[in-house]
Amino acid sequence: MAPTDVEEQGHDPSGGVDGQVSEAAAESTFAEVDDRERSVPAIEFKDVHLSFDDRKVLDGLSFTVRRGETKIILGGSGGGKSTTIKLLLGLLKPDSGRIFVDGEDITDHTEAEMMSVRKKMGMIFQEGALFDSLSVYDNVAYRLHEQGVPEEEVEQEVRRMLSFVDLEDAIDKMPIELSGGMRRRVGIARALVGGPKIVMFDEPTAGLDPPTARTICELAIKLRDLEDVSSIFVTHEMNNVHYITSEYAVVNDAGEIVFEEEGERLCLINTKVLMLRNGNIIFEGTDEALRRSEDPYISRFIRGH
Amino acid sequence: MNFPLRALLEVQETTLLAARAARRLFRRPSYITEMITQMDVIGVGSLTIILLTGFFTGGVLALQTYPTLKYYGAQDQTGRLVATALVRELGPVLTGLMVAGRVASAIAAELGSMVVSQQIDAMRALGTDPVRKLVAPRLIALLVTLPLLTLIADSVGIGGGWVVSTQFFDIATGSFMAAVWEGLTTDDIVGGFVKSTAFALIIGTVACRQGLKTEGGTVGVGRSTTTAVVTSSILIIVADYFITRGLQIILGLPT
Repeated sequence: MAPTDVEEQGHDPSGGVDGQVSEAAAESTFAEVDDRERSVPAIEFKDVHLSFDDRKVLDGLSFTVRRGETKIILGGSGGGKSTTIKLLLGLLKPDSGRIFVDGEDITDHTEAEMMSVRKKMGMIFQEGALFDSLSVYDNVAYRLHEQGVPEEEVEQEVRRMLSFVDLEDAIDKMPIELSGGMRRRVGIARALVGGPKIVMFDEPTAGLDPPTARTICELAIKLRDLEDVSSIFVTHEMNNVHYITSEYAVVNDAGEIVFEEEGERLCLINTKVLMLRNGNIIFEGTDEALRRSEDPYISRFIRGH
Repeated sequence: MNFPLRALLEVQETTLLAARAARRLFRRPSYITEMITQMDVIGVGSLTIILLTGFFTGGVLALQTYPTLKYYGAQDQTGRLVATALVRELGPVLTGLMVAGRVASAIAAELGSMVVSQQIDAMRALGTDPVRKLVAPRLIALLVTLPLLTLIADSVGIGGGWVVSTQFFDIATGSFMAAVWEGLTTDDIVGGFVKSTAFALIIGTVACRQGLKTEGGTVGVGRSTTTAVVTSSILIIVADYFITRGLQIILGLPT
């Protein structure tokens, strides 16, 4: 059965915890460790195969994403990265193998059954995939409008999400007026409405300038460390991997969110890298292990030569 | 896959899409606003072209048939001929073709671009069924507006025939209108309604299906748009023949 934390809505992504982080955080960490439901992985793929016509896209893919864990999926184009995410959302169905979300087998779910599973997932598309005909406000409010939430609550939630991605000024703009990075951030705000506990990023930084790309990685880090979100982060950019695997977000004594490098105070164990090539996993482990890898393909991928 | 197999598959998929749209129509949340917007875009938006085509078709019918009728001394029957031809045949078919050109292309292009820019995936990811949100309102809007547009085309066409008959030929308004009323039967009007409803279904399902199956980027959108217009136009003309034949058998019209 799915855990109850999905229904925990109305949480505060801006990090409402003030000052006393260390104790509160420690307490919640212990509570989390003791919680038996946390041992159920958020996402699990078991021997998933998928072919388009006669081209194998996924060839026996198996991996798990634990609760609160971020899995970075690396790999060149056509390696099956985006396909993995689409399978998880039920936009595609595998030829064989099983897929679990919160312990629930979603492999044979119908479109209608998938709708309830998708409610606990947020998806950030490559180019944002904003609805052109709707304003930024309506895009972010989309899920709430569909659920028939009263307009005052919708507005409050939309403003809160837009401030989370730092785009309050764009609320009345149309998607066409936004830059690529802004579109991506609106897409993130839209995906996070309703507080999904599983978030998928499909190359969210592709084609963005380094500072904007960094902002998007920071959002992913904040979700992981402050919101207890399990996520899959598909990318092929090594600086993304570096940010997400070596930095963490904490709320300091002044109540601000700050990013710290791992090492001084703690070491990140909730982020793993998975590398795909031709539908197979060729690497799974920490970023340190990835850097040490002697596989010629991997070393060429991470160093570019 | 060879052509007949592909065509058969298309028929199957398009029918399934229509069935899915119909089934989802009664589920909550219903998209009434969406439906009204589409009626405005499709119905009110097509009004100008329908008025123009209707009027000039009626006019040209009178122009072309008057000399022949006069040869047989039956020029009084111009109104009857114009009205019957329009209501039975040209009204529904021309309206169908015009709307296919204008609306089928627009629907296929819009849905196609949404597929290409992953907006359809995003919609599904956000828990909305695109068939219910996008296909059903368009289908309903077409089913409501196309018969109405056809009715308007018929009326304006008869008006066009009247203008030509009274202005260029020596037919009095009274005898023109008398011939119109004499010629038209309820069966004609029912037949016109059946046809326009069928054409609405063809345009809606073909355009939505073509739009939703778009692949291959912007080029694909262009391809879907073309296919949607061509397929729905051809299907309208073919269906017109079979519906006419069917109606003749069912209603027992003179064959």
